[in-house]
Amino acid sequence: MIEVKKLVKRFGLKSILRGLDFSVQSGEFVALLGPNGAGKTTFLRILATLSRPSLGQVKVAGHYLPQEAAQVRAKLGVVSHMPLLYPDLTAEENLQFYARMYGIEGMDARITEVLGMVGLEHRRKDLIRTFSRGMQQRLAIGRAVIHDPEVMLFDEPYTGLDQDASEMLDDVLRSVAAEGRTVVMTSHDLARAEDLATRFDILSRGVITASATRADLKQTNLLSFYKQSLED
Amino acid sequence: MQPRPIALKILDFVSVILLAISTYLALFFAPTELVMGEVQRVFYFHIGTAWVGLLGFVIAAIAGIAYLVTKNMLWDRFELAAVEVSTVFFFITIALGSIWARPAWNTWWTWDPRLTTAAITELIYVAYFMLRQGIEEPEKRARFGAVYTLLGGISAPITFMVIRLFRSIHPVVIGAANASQEKMSMTSDMKTAFFFALFAFTVIFIDMIWHRLRLSSLEEKVEQLKLNSLM
Amino acid sequence: MKSSSPSLLKATFAIVRKDLAAEFRSFELISAMLIFSLLVIIIFNFALELDIKTREAVNAGVLWTTFAFAGTLGLNRSMSVEKDRGCMDGLLLAPVDRSAIYFGKALSNLAFMVIVEAIVLPVYSMLYNVNLFRIDLLAVIILGSIGYTAVGTLLATMSVQTRMREVLLPILLFPIAIPVLLAAVKASGGLLAGSTFAEIMTPFNLLVVYDVIFIAIAFMVFDFVVEE
Repeated sequence: MIEVKKLVKRFGLKSILRGLDFSVQSGEFVALLGPNGAGKTTFLRILATLSRPSLGQVKVAGHYLPQEAAQVRAKLGVVSHMPLLYPDLTAEENLQFYARMYGIEGMDARITEVLGMVGLEHRRKDLIRTFSRGMQQRLAIGRAVIHDPEVMLFDEPYTGLDQDASEMLDDVLRSVAAEGRTVVMTSHDLARAEDLATRFDILSRGVITASATRADLKQTNLLSFYKQSLED
Repeated sequence: MQPRPIALKILDFVSVILLAISTYLALFFAPTELVMGEVQRVFYFHIGTAWVGLLGFVIAAIAGIAYLVTKNMLWDRFELAAVEVSTVFFFITIALGSIWARPAWNTWWTWDPRLTTAAITELIYVAYFMLRQGIEEPEKRARFGAVYTLLGGISAPITFMVIRLFRSIHPVVIGAANASQEKMSMTSDMKTAFFFALFAFTVIFIDMIWHRLRLSSLEEKVEQLKLNSLM
Repeated sequence: MKSSSPSLLKATFAIVRKDLAAEFRSFELISAMLIFSLLVIIIFNFALELDIKTREAVNAGVLWTTFAFAGTLGLNRSMSVEKDRGCMDGLLLAPVDRSAIYFGKALSNLAFMVIVEAIVLPVYSMLYNVNLFRIDLLAVIILGSIGYTAVGTLLATMSVQTRMREVLLPILLFPIAIPVLLAAVKASGGLLAGSTFAEIMTPFNLLVVYDVIFIAIAFMVFDFVVEE
């Protein structure tokens, strides 16, 4: 689903990504872990078509980036730590806007479906500015799946959420992943990642330094694996 | 630090000589203009600096387009060098024009199309520096800079046309003043001084662009060394 | 569920519709532009001692200065809304051509400016007893606003991405927009002074030329100011 070879991203003279190799099979849920400044967000923005690679090959959902960005966008859902919603519009209007931008047929039925999935049917006609952070973040996921994307990218989706909101978000993320989508998520929160992901990749200083599947972690826990990979 | 390349040293030397000769031609060789008197002598440098000023802005717009097409940072440095050098020359042009205007038209400043356009153009390029200053990331700075020089390069000539139209319908106090400049007939000695000034300033302009480009690449080396020492 | 990338036109109007719906709910942007416009007109009234005679000469200038200032306010706000909450990324993630984003935002900005003008003009007419309701004058005002927002939308997209943000827009925009403002002042001033439409043909044509050139340029370079 995602194939990245020798990816380099430079900002001026600074190399953020230095020859990163990464690949994700269809249906995998990969947690991308690493310290601040390792390049997680930069990497995700490249996969999301928002940033261009400086060098290397990037293929998402069968299309090369940046040449075929338009095709990739149609198959991609992105959730970042900002909800990308308009505060002066209702939940429904926000989803309608994005549905139009993705050219979705049968918009109303799909919106009802999505609102049900993220548990916000009862807030359909309410303005986003009245939503709590957690509700906004759930609706952001609804926005990101409105066009039924094959690949989903989550960039620190738990930022600023309290315990309850995080747990509700867990459920939504699980149901999104359960529909056979391929997911890549960056997170600081190892416990959340451990619950959700099927594979754990460590990104440090612009390259993937270690990778382990859930099965590999049987003997050890994620925290010690994480610490060990960063020490090497 | 790398030594200056020989060719640049020679060009520096030639520039200084040309400037000296041009000064001599303007101040002593060319005859005194009958109507305007001695002050007309700033004309040679006024035109010389204006010419390279405009040339630089045109080059900057072209370099901007070249950057957007090729994404090669060399074009960005070239664009910045051209704008920086031209902004200084253009400032001299405006200052000299003002000095000339004082005795010739009895005012430091006239809102004549040429002067006004020059001032607005200068402001466009000051805005260009402010824009660049506000952006950390080099590629973004280069892209935005290129887009802005392109807009500026197109807007400036239209501004000139509009102002001329504006002024010709609404005559101002000294509206006819620049007619004397257009009618100014030059003797052959004046022409010598005039064309020599154009030539001299073109060489000086090239010399300064070269220096500025060299400065940019040295800056980049310093940046690189800093980064390496952090690693 | 079926989906297919929407056409340029559909995507453009989706953005316009979204912007107008949000604005008609809060009226934040339009009310700010309006109050600002009225304040500018009041200040001009005292600064220029607008008695009947001087007023005739400066009406067009006062109006366009007001529109230009209020316009930067609206442009800044409209682009900051997209930038601050990351919504610009949301737009860029959609499978639509980048120019749909440019045209959508430019049309919304134009709509805000025209709405403000539609309120300021009758107020100005009342305050100073000049008749500003003439088709030819309205055409000039619309054309001037088109040119101003065409280049303003592009520059506001740039300025909100810099460190100086809102402060930078007027500095970038005014020197570039001088031709359109001068041509608009010239054409409106001529009409208000009793010139026929034929007499203001030159500035009118310049407005059209400026609009066409700058819409084309902005359309071509917009990609470069949103990509990373």
